[in-house]
Amino acid sequence: MSDRAKVMTLIILLISFFCYTLFLYKENYSSNAEYGSIADKGKRLWQEKNCNSCHQIYGLGGYLGPDLTNVYSQRSEVYIKAFLQAGTNVMPNFHLTEEQMNEIMAYFKSIDSSGYATPAKLKTNYDGTIER
Amino acid sequence: MMEQLKDKKPISHFFIMTGLLLLFSTLAFGVVGAFQYVFPGLFRNSFSFEKIRPLHVSSAVFWILITACGAVIYYLGAVKNGVWSVKLAKWQWLLFTIAVIAILVSYIMGIFGGREYWEFHPIFAIPIVIAWILFLINVIKSVKIFRKQPVYVWMWLTGTIFFLFTYLESYLWLIPYFRSNIVHDMTIQWKSYGSMVGCWNMLIYGSSIYLMDKISGSEKYSYSGISFALYFLGLFNLMFNWGHHIYTLPAPKYIQYISYSVSMTELLLLGRIIYYWKSSVNTARKHYHILSYRFLLAADLWIFLTLILAIAMSIPAINIYTHGTHITVAHTMGATIGINTFLLLAFVCNIFNIHQPTTEKRITTGLYITLIALPIFWFSLIIAGVLKSNWQMHHSNEIPFSVMMYSLHNYFVVFLISGILLAIGFFIIVGNLLATFFNNQPTKNNITNA
Repeated sequence: MSDRAKVMTLIILLISFFCYTLFLYKENYSSNAEYGSIADKGKRLWQEKNCNSCHQIYGLGGYLGPDLTNVYSQRSEVYIKAFLQAGTNVMPNFHLTEEQMNEIMAYFKSIDSSGYATPAKLKTNYDGTIER
Repeated sequence: MMEQLKDKKPISHFFIMTGLLLLFSTLAFGVVGAFQYVFPGLFRNSFSFEKIRPLHVSSAVFWILITACGAVIYYLGAVKNGVWSVKLAKWQWLLFTIAVIAILVSYIMGIFGGREYWEFHPIFAIPIVIAWILFLINVIKSVKIFRKQPVYVWMWLTGTIFFLFTYLESYLWLIPYFRSNIVHDMTIQWKSYGSMVGCWNMLIYGSSIYLMDKISGSEKYSYSGISFALYFLGLFNLMFNWGHHIYTLPAPKYIQYISYSVSMTELLLLGRIIYYWKSSVNTARKHYHILSYRFLLAADLWIFLTLILAIAMSIPAINIYTHGTHITVAHTMGATIGINTFLLLAFVCNIFNIHQPTTEKRITTGLYITLIALPIFWFSLIIAGVLKSNWQMHHSNEIPFSVMMYSLHNYFVVFLISGILLAIGFFIIVGNLLATFFNNQPTKNNITNA
């Protein structure tokens, strides 16, 4: 393989990669946790407490606790707040204030509105792809 | 500190020493984390899992990154008759070391950035970026001429450049536009992470090709068409195959189609491994670097196993069964321990030039212990993953999460015991390598200043 062929292959790959990257960056998504909103504050709190270490969103995160993508629609607010308030025998009590619990709740609501994370609900096709 | 480094061991050795200490902490925190799986609630109020996991994960990631940098600096120095600037490498090491210590302390204090992999506060990204820019300058300036370079030099350059891009990309969430929609945020997050793993693999695989050349005494492969074809295939996958992380997200469908089709090209890599398996063993066996050779051989086996699992997980219809289960953890453990760690230890044994019979024997014992423990560890995770998959596909409505986790208890016990055994094996290896570093006279290579 000549140096010229190598450089050409590299350039083609780089152009494809950056076009794909820009396309993904510009992909049109409606905002569900606008900057500065209560949901966005909840997201920051979720990160600050490192909740992702044990819990998952869309199956991504730690595996010690359950996936919480759709917890908002699956459980009542009272139920969720009870966990947040006291912790469990595994989860520590983070001593969240009422305001912080509301922020987390708003974050859960925003994630829940983005779609469902239950893999059993996904349809598989014969070509190996999946769809909602 | 910079003065203390002057005229002593080569700087690459300090990168490796730091990496080995991080491997030690990876194992220690990993064992504590495994105990927390078996005894839920252990250290709940003082050292709970949200602290242990980032301590374990960040130690592991920095063990890989810092040691890979050390190996590249050392081997680049050997290839190019010295790296461009030892001073730059020293500053890079110093920045990395300070950043890593600060990150680990911040975790203990409960300060987090809360993103997967990089769970530290974003402020710590600044010294890491600066250190990486210094590394990038050193690599580019050391290579000097870009014509007629072997494949490993291409890999080092690509890995270094792309890591900087993907690392910066992983912080786009700080910009409101990228964080305001969870699906968009997670898509970009996992795009960057998927490619980033490919970047450090470029550094490690490049170094392993260099080492294989050195062991076999022939540079034929590094300049061959097949090596460059495989390099471009790897780069193609680095750029486009990350989508398997987010198949289950309600993201645009084209991400799934692109990732799925690109991932299938990895079958070519698998085919090549099977085809060349026997011949590569025979070539390497003739030669002298026995410890490095053993680690390379162990990694070869794990590349094979991990690639099979990775290809299966890249098929969306299979991925929905493995996603969010311990099968994903098994895949990560197979890749980071079975491939990355074994390859990095092969470089360390080579760079530290270990030929002392007692040390050699102890390290070999450690390796054999890890080779017994790792498959048990791996299979316990796969079985736990299969059972969790069955639960999330069929029974998540009627069986609570805690009951499902309790049903996996026995597999977590096996995971813990094999994990302890694995840690013992690595402790023996790391202990002996660190003893070599601290006790021996400088082992400066004649052909490198690095």
